[in-house]
Amino acid sequence: MTMLQFFLWSLLKVAVVTVVLLVGVAYTVLLERKLVGRIQNRWGPSRVGPFGLLQPLVDGAKSFLKEDIIPTAVYRPLYLLAPIIALGCALISIAVVPFGDPRVGRNGFHLFQISDVNIGLLVILGITSIGVYGVALAGWSSNNKYSLLGSLRSSAQLISYELALGLSLVGVVMRAGSLNLRIIVESQSSEGLLTWNIFGGLQFIAFFIYLMAAYAETNRSPFDLPEAESELTAGYHTEYSSMKFAMFFMAEYANMITVGCVATLLFLGGWTSPFGNLIPLPDNIVIQALLPIFWFVLKVFSFLFLYVWVRGTLPRFRYDQLMNYGWRYLLPLAILNIVGTSLWLAYK
Amino acid sequence: MHLILFFIFAALCLAGAVNLLLQTHPINSALSLIVVMTSLAVLYLLLGAEFLAAAQVIVYAGAVMVLFTFVIMLLNAGREERTLGSRAARVVGFPAVAAFLALLATVLLKAHGLGRAAMQEGVTSTDDLSAVLFTKLLLPFEVTSVLILIAILGAVALTRHGDGERSASK
Repeated sequence: MTMLQFFLWSLLKVAVVTVVLLVGVAYTVLLERKLVGRIQNRWGPSRVGPFGLLQPLVDGAKSFLKEDIIPTAVYRPLYLLAPIIALGCALISIAVVPFGDPRVGRNGFHLFQISDVNIGLLVILGITSIGVYGVALAGWSSNNKYSLLGSLRSSAQLISYELALGLSLVGVVMRAGSLNLRIIVESQSSEGLLTWNIFGGLQFIAFFIYLMAAYAETNRSPFDLPEAESELTAGYHTEYSSMKFAMFFMAEYANMITVGCVATLLFLGGWTSPFGNLIPLPDNIVIQALLPIFWFVLKVFSFLFLYVWVRGTLPRFRYDQLMNYGWRYLLPLAILNIVGTSLWLAYK
Repeated sequence: MHLILFFIFAALCLAGAVNLLLQTHPINSALSLIVVMTSLAVLYLLLGAEFLAAAQVIVYAGAVMVLFTFVIMLLNAGREERTLGSRAARVVGFPAVAAFLALLATVLLKAHGLGRAAMQEGVTSTDDLSAVLFTKLLLPFEVTSVLILIAILGAVALTRHGDGERSASK
């Protein structure tokens, strides 16, 4: 494969993945509105298209057409930069996620992964940690007290929970002996469900910590204090309108999807089938290529479903409760999990 | 390819560093520092040190600098006044800096026993890195961790000062 071919193929992959991700983001919003609607005993969007399925399209068009207001008192360069950072970081991290069987492709070129990096997990963590600036700068540059409070809360929350999040992943990394996402998935693929890290790997405590930290990292209920509408109007994006607001909105949902992908890869066996080798694969090569993607999407979908379910069920935490919970329960628990896992691995 | 990337990011790094000094607003300076740190991470990557690059982004650009901006936002620090600098600084300072840099460069260039780093296609794997870290460099590694522990304890001790009554009533 020549340099040019490689470049063109990569460009194609990037384009396809970005489009699929953005469509996924749009329909995650719809999924949330529908599900929360059903949880609250109403229908949710149902007017545009069958079952309201075209709602995301009209919403997108609406955001484009709305007047874009930039308040006079904002600090313009950073005000304009913040949504780009937020959305950019949210979209970039999908680049290292393998979402299909890596054997599809040739000459070390994977069709179902944009880039196979040795330290894929660290790349995702690094990009997420840069994404904090989007929120922090948005609040500060808006020159609005609610925005500033929202972004201060968010920065503090993200820094606190990033620790627990990172430490909860250490157990998984130790079991796989690698930071490469493909190898982490392959390390839990032998017996299907039984060898997934969450069950057979005995990493359910780590999964629980990851789940909690992920809710906080993506500013989702019950930890959505940075944008708690009852006290901060809309938090850091109060002063944003039109497409700039939509960019923050999309960034939030793209982050949800990324977090779901990471959970799938690290704890739920990635693209591998939950039945392991019990059900033999059909000989058809198309099915062999597409079935792993089906499992992957299904797992990410159930994670997103859980997200919305939790939002519809739990009330919001208070800020001191949030900090206490993160520092005094999740963090020690994560460290204990690391100690336990390493003892177990050493014993084995 | 590597050389082109090196020049781009080295230039970006220097530009960020100069911008850091020239900006009057603290938050712009902090952002320039983030640019410097991320470009440094790319330079590490060009040298094949991928773990170091990731750690640089996560720890410095991601965590330390977020705290910097957090504090700047919290204090709502305003614009700094620009002064022309004192005369003594100009007369003594610039030659002193030049002399110091020259001295440093001479010592580094003449030093023996330093390893070589070159731009390369291959990467040092995390395995190799940890093998060196936990065998040859075990003592410095452990001493550093103790140092960090002391720093954490110091921070806790400082913030707890005078806070006893409030935490007791909780």
